[in-house]
Amino acid sequence: MFAYRKPLLMTAAAFAMLSQVAAAEEQFFPIVSYRVGPYGANGQSFYGGFVDYLNYVNLKDGGINGVKLAWEECETEYNNAKGVECYERLKAKAKVSTGPLHVMSTGISYALIDKTAEDKLPLAMMGYGRTDAVDGSVFPYAFPLVTTYQMQASAIIKFIKDKEKGNLDGKKIVFLYHDSAYGKEPIVALQEEAKLNKFALTLIPVAHPGNEQSAQWLQIRQENPDYVVFWGWGVMNQTAIKAAQKVGFARDKMIGSWWAGSEEDTVPAGDAAKGYMAATWNVAGSDVPLIADIKKVVYGAGKGNLQDQAKLGTILYNRGVSAAVLSVEALRGAQEKYGKGKPVNGEQVRWAMENLNITDARLKEIGATDLLPPIKTSCADHEGSGMVKIQQWDGAKWVPVSGWIEGNKGLIHPLFKASAQQYAKEKGITPKDCAKES
Amino acid sequence: MRFFLEVLISGLLSGVMYSLVALGFVLIYKASGVFNFAQGAMVYLAALAVVGCMEKGAPLWLAVLLAFGIMTLFGIATEKFVLRKLVNQPPIALFMATIGLAFFIEGLAPMVFGSDPRALDIGIVDEPIEAILNGWGMVISKFDLAAAAIAAVLVTTLALFFQYTRIGRALRAVADDHQAALSIGIPLQHIWAIVWGVAGFVALVAGMLWGARNGVQFALTFTALKALPVLIIGGFTSVPGAIVGGLIIGASEKLAEIYLPALMQSAFGGNFGGIEGWFPYVLALGFLLVRPEGLFGEKHIDRV
Amino acid sequence: MLYREAGQFKSSYAADQQLFPIRQDRIGIILLLAVAFLVIPLVAGEYWFSAILIPFLIFALAALGLNILTGYAGQLSLGSAAFMAVGAYAAYNFQLRVEGIPILFSFIGAGLTAAGVGILFGLPSLWIKGFYLAVATLAAQFFIVWCLTKFPWFSNHSSSGVISAQKVVILGHVFASPREKYLLVLSIVAVLALAAKNMARSSTGRAWMAVRDMDVAAEVIGIRLLPTKLLAFAVSSFYCGVAGALYAFCYLGSVEPDGFSLDMSFRILFMIIIGGMGSILGSFLGAAFILLLPIFLDIALPWLAGLFGLPFSNATVSHIQILVFGALIMFFLIVEPHGLARLWQIGKEKLRLWPFPH
Repeated sequence: MFAYRKPLLMTAAAFAMLSQVAAAEEQFFPIVSYRVGPYGANGQSFYGGFVDYLNYVNLKDGGINGVKLAWEECETEYNNAKGVECYERLKAKAKVSTGPLHVMSTGISYALIDKTAEDKLPLAMMGYGRTDAVDGSVFPYAFPLVTTYQMQASAIIKFIKDKEKGNLDGKKIVFLYHDSAYGKEPIVALQEEAKLNKFALTLIPVAHPGNEQSAQWLQIRQENPDYVVFWGWGVMNQTAIKAAQKVGFARDKMIGSWWAGSEEDTVPAGDAAKGYMAATWNVAGSDVPLIADIKKVVYGAGKGNLQDQAKLGTILYNRGVSAAVLSVEALRGAQEKYGKGKPVNGEQVRWAMENLNITDARLKEIGATDLLPPIKTSCADHEGSGMVKIQQWDGAKWVPVSGWIEGNKGLIHPLFKASAQQYAKEKGITPKDCAKES
Repeated sequence: MRFFLEVLISGLLSGVMYSLVALGFVLIYKASGVFNFAQGAMVYLAALAVVGCMEKGAPLWLAVLLAFGIMTLFGIATEKFVLRKLVNQPPIALFMATIGLAFFIEGLAPMVFGSDPRALDIGIVDEPIEAILNGWGMVISKFDLAAAAIAAVLVTTLALFFQYTRIGRALRAVADDHQAALSIGIPLQHIWAIVWGVAGFVALVAGMLWGARNGVQFALTFTALKALPVLIIGGFTSVPGAIVGGLIIGASEKLAEIYLPALMQSAFGGNFGGIEGWFPYVLALGFLLVRPEGLFGEKHIDRV
Repeated sequence: MLYREAGQFKSSYAADQQLFPIRQDRIGIILLLAVAFLVIPLVAGEYWFSAILIPFLIFALAALGLNILTGYAGQLSLGSAAFMAVGAYAAYNFQLRVEGIPILFSFIGAGLTAAGVGILFGLPSLWIKGFYLAVATLAAQFFIVWCLTKFPWFSNHSSSGVISAQKVVILGHVFASPREKYLLVLSIVAVLALAAKNMARSSTGRAWMAVRDMDVAAEVIGIRLLPTKLLAFAVSSFYCGVAGALYAFCYLGSVEPDGFSLDMSFRILFMIIIGGMGSILGSFLGAAFILLLPIFLDIALPWLAGLFGLPFSNATVSHIQILVFGALIMFFLIVEPHGLARLWQIGKEKLRLWPFPH
């Protein structure tokens, strides 16, 4: 019965040796990523962009104030248990110095939310994950940065309302969603909006994985709504676009979430996707100065993370770059406060993420004008922006068709507050007083 | 009534798509008693091979031929390196091996052909047929009809192949009794290689149709999950069973998705949609209670 | 010389029927438990507790549950993860809704709830056999997960359906650190594993094996199929349910129904097939193998690629991992279709004869 203990201990020794490699004067990034499995293609673009930007900072500026960036990647296959294993594996190093953790999976971020708070490591959930973490008094270490599902849903409604000349009274909107935590989160927000704007809301769930939707779309045809708001992920997106074509529903009346609006979603649907719209918090295009510069500096030096350079400038690639930009800005902020030219730890990064202030001017300096919206966070607002753009697929690329639209904060943020309070009560957490934070 | 018919027809047509995947399972199970869980992964591999070859510049017909070649080679290799070594092992070990095979394909295929979701254009647009739309106001997709026609041709060809060719007869003999077939001089291993080749061909057809419908991507492996209840209803060993099972599952699943949640909603309150994940399985379970071997399965007699 | 039963005389029925009739086995198991309880907590680090040992024990427990059903009673099931989900959600609701209930009672309650659900889905096993039954258990897998998603009562009306496990408190002591959680999980798993070992050699266990080997024959010699099969489903689901509760309370902390996916059921099935069907030890070996292999590949492959200077991108490395995982499963099945436990048994046979081969 001892047979299996010995190899275990031997691997333990191997681990110990491996984990001593990181040098002291480097800023470490734990990257819990996925590049295979059902959503592997999405992960490849996102983490490709993320790593490329870290490389770019190293090559272009020699790191942050001279502190080189280092990172280690661990594959989760979008699986919660593997995500936890990866996190635990990278944790030892991350405790010394860390950048924000991006897991790009709602399930994994839920599993890590308590652990990261305990270990004092900041968890960034940009456009996914636990949305009530907007309330930093209950969730000090979790940051649903930029915007959340609820705010996004609200922004989409606002966009539709503008299109309908400011009146949604009597309109019909169908919400077609992936039947999981991801798809269910915005329902509350949409119901509130429906009450406020007096439109009829119909909820139609799609079972995972969503590769079969003819029943749902026949139902939509029957309902004949004015718009379909769509929360899909992976294969569900292409299937929905194709099924819309199959029942003859106009694609330009379909507005997807930001996980349903990338090239990975529209290209496989072919011509059917033309006219389809989606929200996004970062724009596509390789003509953004920063992306063009990454191409020159990183790929020029042969250090690019992606084999296929055509992916540069796609939505998800740019999203990875945007996530890295925010992470690096947080590190800059932390160094500013706690000592320039030194690696910073989780607590320090947490402070910086709570006091981010990335203005348009700063974005311009980085070369990321309009790549992402300006962001200003605080203890009471871990979201910091709440703005999205609506973009439309013209058959070959995504074209923004609106400016930055902000969701209805007055309507949505109290929902977060209430939900966070319930969580605090269930868990026995005493919320800290945001008024006392500086 | 119009809506009911519309749902029914679209369900039947979706069912044909499930049948196509189920057919691959049946062929292999019939001939070798292996429950081939890798069929879904083979669908993925076949579709990827087609788009992969097209990306390298091959025209569609050549890509299809190449993909067929790849699938055949793959089937033969599977037989030679995996199944042959597992002869006489319990069925569960063989089943497990095919799960291992599924992992193997899921790692290999995207490595060779790329993992990005891609479109596959086989020249049929997935749009409603205008005449029917204008005449009766019903939506019936051109693509689904074409797919059904292709499935019909495929099944007829397979049936004829099994019934009238020498190899087909040998296949049926092997399916009936391995040892008896061996003793009258049928080369078992050749037969198995052929079956895996044919299953590869079926996977290719299914992969192209599913790929053209939803895009070629990893999720094609999930098509296997849609095929399992079809198999139960039709029976693991029956080709017509796979078709009938598919039609039953497709139609009932769509009708249930439309009408059942509304009923449950009035009973419990709340939103109960999205039942397509489990409904086919529960339906199949119901069928099993009445006919434990499926509709067309062979009656199994236990002797002590 | 070391491992030999010659000279160990049994002079009473009790001695002949004990759990580990061979003295060396007894010493071995005591040593093993001593190491697990006393040595490992001293030497292992946090990573080992929370990323390897705790999930290993939990999955071993789930595999044990499935092994009772599949390995001993011969009923193939692909729904183990769903029964774990039942356990996790039941324990959460017991803690939430029953004022002041001790956590261990919640865990037992979770097991019993899962057992009840298991009996319900075990009923068709009377009519259905083999792969047909396996596909029928898939109905349990999908239906249970759907129910947990759809009825907001189960998740205390959380908008996303995710539950966060409460604190683990026993007799006023809070089990918070990974080391404490490890010890808690280990105690529960050790007790349940010994119970399973005991059950397997009892008349119940022998009835299960008779049903597995040929149910018609078993019926002829007077074993009643209905209670026997249902008991197997109940016990198996009990183990899975407790494993699920531990999974939520001692491992992940927050769980969503979708996390208990078909994929997880398959992994548990892999564990018992690779480890060995109808073997308690095999469940542990299999869990260790299936959990550790991907981690090992994840570390070894980039290292190897670096060593030989191979130009692998991250995506390629990830793909190779899956490929090698699949290939190794096939390889193991070809080399030893009866699992790792069988290798251990062969080793024991050899040891018995050692150093004289005949």
